[in-house]
Amino acid sequence: MSIVVNRDKCTGCEECRNTCPYDAIVMADGKAFINEYCQLCSICLSACPEGAIREIKEESESSAKDLSGYAGVLVFAEQRGGKLASVAFELLGAGRKLADNLNEGLSAILLGADASAANELIEWGADIVYHYDEPSFNKFNDEPYASALSAHIEEKMPAIVLAGATPIGRSFLPRVAARLRTGLTADCTSLEIDNETKNLLQVRPAFGGNIMATILTPNHRPQMATVRPRVMKRGEHQPGRKGEIVNIKSGNISSRTKVIDTVNEESALSVNIHEAEIIVSGGRGVGKEGFKMLEELASVLDGVVGASRAPVDEGWISYSHQVGQTGKTVCPKIYIACGISGAVQHLVGMQSSDIIIAVNKNPEAPIFNVATYGIVGNLFEVVPLLIKKFKEAKGI
Amino acid sequence: MKIVVCIKQVPDSADVKINPETNTLIREGVPSIINPFDMHAIEAGLQIRDKTGGDVAALTMGPPQAEGALREALSLGVNEAVLLSDRAFAGADTWATAYALAGAVKKLGADIILCGKQAIDGDTAQVGPEIAEFLDIPHVAYVRKIEEVKEGYIRVQRLMDEGYDIVESSLPVLLTVVKELNVPRMPSLKGKMAAKKAEIKKMNRDDIGIGEADLGLKGSPTQVKNIFAPEIKADRKMFEGSAEEQVKALVAEMRNIKCL
Repeated sequence: MSIVVNRDKCTGCEECRNTCPYDAIVMADGKAFINEYCQLCSICLSACPEGAIREIKEESESSAKDLSGYAGVLVFAEQRGGKLASVAFELLGAGRKLADNLNEGLSAILLGADASAANELIEWGADIVYHYDEPSFNKFNDEPYASALSAHIEEKMPAIVLAGATPIGRSFLPRVAARLRTGLTADCTSLEIDNETKNLLQVRPAFGGNIMATILTPNHRPQMATVRPRVMKRGEHQPGRKGEIVNIKSGNISSRTKVIDTVNEESALSVNIHEAEIIVSGGRGVGKEGFKMLEELASVLDGVVGASRAPVDEGWISYSHQVGQTGKTVCPKIYIACGISGAVQHLVGMQSSDIIIAVNKNPEAPIFNVATYGIVGNLFEVVPLLIKKFKEAKGI
Repeated sequence: MKIVVCIKQVPDSADVKINPETNTLIREGVPSIINPFDMHAIEAGLQIRDKTGGDVAALTMGPPQAEGALREALSLGVNEAVLLSDRAFAGADTWATAYALAGAVKKLGADIILCGKQAIDGDTAQVGPEIAEFLDIPHVAYVRKIEEVKEGYIRVQRLMDEGYDIVESSLPVLLTVVKELNVPRMPSLKGKMAAKKAEIKKMNRDDIGIGEADLGLKGSPTQVKNIFAPEIKADRKMFEGSAEEQVKALVAEMRNIKCL
């Protein structure tokens, strides 16, 4: 398929240019021209008042792989130092729903860790756990991980593979997708099955701004996706649930990289916004001095301070406080967003919080789209009032 | 030491928004910049070159206007700039992009390939590790410090969730880098002047020898089905009145749901 402009019909009005999310339409000699940035999303087709933009469809490609034989959902169950990462349980929750919808099985692959971890995965919803019981897997190393997972996928042929969008998943999953010549969609916020085609609908934030995109892997298998921690809800924990655990010895897998040391830097002093039940977050509108006010509000509520990207970039607060796509994903009971407009990169990091209170002077700010409660006003007026009223309410 | 830095020209896109009613984009004169993470990759390349000797090439895949990003890289001091451009690349996802870039890197030859950890428009962080796989070389992602580099050997710190790992690798290797790695330099006036006149090396699909089936949309396993604006929460409550009245209403509401 390709999208082209009929130069005879094009009047050079530039209407189409603003509709293109990929900045792929440029003007040349007074006519629109679609360049290499085009992702064939087709949005521009309806934008042209002259009907000068059209799609050229080619007959279905003969190179399409035979997709029959691929079935089931496989979750990569990440562990660090033998302990399962929480995202593994969240992926089992999401994977269980997809597998049930397809009427197929849910399996998990566990590299390293021990039998009790394998059993835990069964209790959280896996039907089969493939446990590569090899101590060398306890440390993450890209090449052995990529080799083991690729070989496993080639043998078991799952239709869907899910992994956490963690430093580990985001590092080695691309190698697996490249090797298997299949699609990998990063940071999905929603995964569903298309009832007609049985394809996986992978929704992810795209293009910097407030945009979501649905991505398909229509002609390749498996359909691989990563999901950030705390975006999906865990399934039900069923102690005593029965499933099959298959122990596999993978033998010696060579690697050209070697992890010679692991340094833990998380001190008691560093903020752990992952664990916090209440987060008071500030954006550009807060200013450097304003963060002192947010700290006071956070301490009244026994919470911690978070931030959108701008204050971190400005150096007002350290990176460990950053919430959002390039920072941390959080899911507290209460999230108070002060002076944060709500770019989608920030929203994906906090929108699954139980209660979101947004304070912003602009009633049109996108943060209000995800808010439970919205206060429109000047935060330098509102925040001190919040401090005062919450103090009163708590009898401080 | 031959170093190739892969860079991407991106819209400075913090202000791009979508109109939820028409599903069209509101984009007001957003300028193009070098992806910020790639600036750190360029700086790392220059620093390694200054220590070990050799040269640094900046490589980008994109339309002709991506030349702007390459000229900026030249002004910072890279020795060579390469534009990989072909209409046939249209619709490329991370797989097809990485495949084409790997083809270009093969032609150029490299001991160390540097990429930013991700581009700020796509945010996938996939192209770097995929290039390494296509070149059949190791990679280390999220590099925050380069501890040692010498002939055939490198040792780096890799940022992890709870701290960092110290990782060593043979060369050639591909590294994706994070902001903590360094502070990118500013272009010098001399550099800017030289960059204006410098010749940009151009490559197309024939130069990298990639077949039809692996190019652009055809070579891309993933496809964009549609794009849309995020939904508005159905049960949200917007308070009204003065700041004091709104705060009072909020506190009452939170008492109601037993949150206070």
